[in-house]
Amino acid sequence: MSALLRALGRYVDLHLQNFVDALRRLAGQPFATLMTLLVIAIALALPAGLRVTLSNLGAVSSAWQVAADFTAYLKLEVGADRARALAREIDARDDVAQVRLVDRAAALAEFRERSGLGEALAELDGNPLPDALVIRPTSGIDADVAAVAAAIRSLPEVDLVQVDTAWVARLRAILALAGRVVNLATVLLAVAVAMVVGNTIRLEINQRRVEIEVTKLVGGTDGFIRRPFLYLGLCYGLGGAVLAAALIAVTLALLAAPVRTLAGLYGSDFELAGLSLRELAILIGGGALLGWAGAGLATARHLRAIEPT
Amino acid sequence: MIRFDNVHKRYPNGREALSGVTFSLERGELAFLTGPSGAGKSTLLRLVALIERPTRGTVLVNNQNTARLPRRKIPGFRQRLGVVFQDHKLLHDRSVFDNVALPLVIAGATRRETERRVRAALDQVGLLGRETHPPITLSTGEQQRVGIARAVAGRPDVLIADEPTGNLDPELSREIMQLFARFNEVGVTLLIATHDLELIEGMPHRRLKLVDGQLAADSGKAA
Repeated sequence: MSALLRALGRYVDLHLQNFVDALRRLAGQPFATLMTLLVIAIALALPAGLRVTLSNLGAVSSAWQVAADFTAYLKLEVGADRARALAREIDARDDVAQVRLVDRAAALAEFRERSGLGEALAELDGNPLPDALVIRPTSGIDADVAAVAAAIRSLPEVDLVQVDTAWVARLRAILALAGRVVNLATVLLAVAVAMVVGNTIRLEINQRRVEIEVTKLVGGTDGFIRRPFLYLGLCYGLGGAVLAAALIAVTLALLAAPVRTLAGLYGSDFELAGLSLRELAILIGGGALLGWAGAGLATARHLRAIEPT
Repeated sequence: MIRFDNVHKRYPNGREALSGVTFSLERGELAFLTGPSGAGKSTLLRLVALIERPTRGTVLVNNQNTARLPRRKIPGFRQRLGVVFQDHKLLHDRSVFDNVALPLVIAGATRRETERRVRAALDQVGLLGRETHPPITLSTGEQQRVGIARAVAGRPDVLIADEPTGNLDPELSREIMQLFARFNEVGVTLLIATHDLELIEGMPHRRLKLVDGQLAADSGKAA
């Protein structure tokens, strides 16, 4: 048991030493390290930043739930009592969340006030406006909204149903397409990160040829020789990901004030959301993994070729 | 301990570096491998260290046929072998201590054990107290002794050395050879290549003389 613990201790010790050694190597050539980290950070920040943008747009468009509301205009001959009864009936439906009756008198008063055509309207005999019901379906999904609208349109009292959700549907379709594009970009840029790390490690391997040869000569196993390079790759990926998270945070901080102003103009208290904790974990974990994988590819390809002579 | 049986080594360019070499070195023996440069001394040592494999014939080290050793078993094989190079092959990005400790770290020794054995090895070569120095600040002779400390730190069964005194003045060279003789006294098997006959004159150990890739003379086991 204690022998096992000692072996485990040695193992952890060795890995820790490799990790510290990798950090020391990176710190030893700060300029080159910073350049590489920046390339990795930008490649990681692009998809992550686009994703943040998309999720913010998604939040905005779901705030426009109102847009799923539609208006049913009743026939002019329908009386006020019947209109109120109809509103109650429709409100009782399972697929309708809310119904608001805009009676014709109120509509005329509002129109007169807003349009500035008060005097001309006074010339009319009677009220040309019908009663109207503003209906909000339970579900915001386009197909559900269309189904409710069709059901309402078939009622005998209803003259006209006006659904204006097409543009919301279009916006959502565009967001879905953009999401797909971001996914593809993420895959490509992830490959790019692995390649950048792999190439950096390849150069490092060439620089440390003598060390690798000597280590092989005194009995170093492939795993022993590989490990420092894997940790170096891990550090590149990890550092790049942290830098990417910082880039995104700074960008969002710079955009926060203008976005607040813009939202204010639309009467919204919308705030930009940053990376969630989960997204941050994926970014950093993914970065570290890509660095490790890139180094793994480079070492698998190039270490074998170096043999003592 | 080391046994060569009709060993040939031909390089891809057609040059035959060794042709039909046969000898055996018993456990605890020290032998000098002599001969002019180009006679095949380095090639012979490279076959022992499994840097190369024979074209024909068999090389047995520690009763292991090197021709049948798979690639993945080479590290373990080399861990039981100490090698000293003419150009030391020290790593200049780390201290004397870390250079000597390398084979121990590879073998998975504990930190305490590593420290103890590195000190013991440095003590044997007379460099105790220089652990933290970078190798580049040491003289050539001292660097060679660090190389020797590294070769013996892992307590190998066999130690081979290729022109270990090649770059040293006669005084330092004699010291190094006496160091090897002391290792031999405590039971280490050694095979040392040198072209400097004057240097080993007066040493009672066995000599194997290579000329043109063939064993030209073998003084036999020392008395």
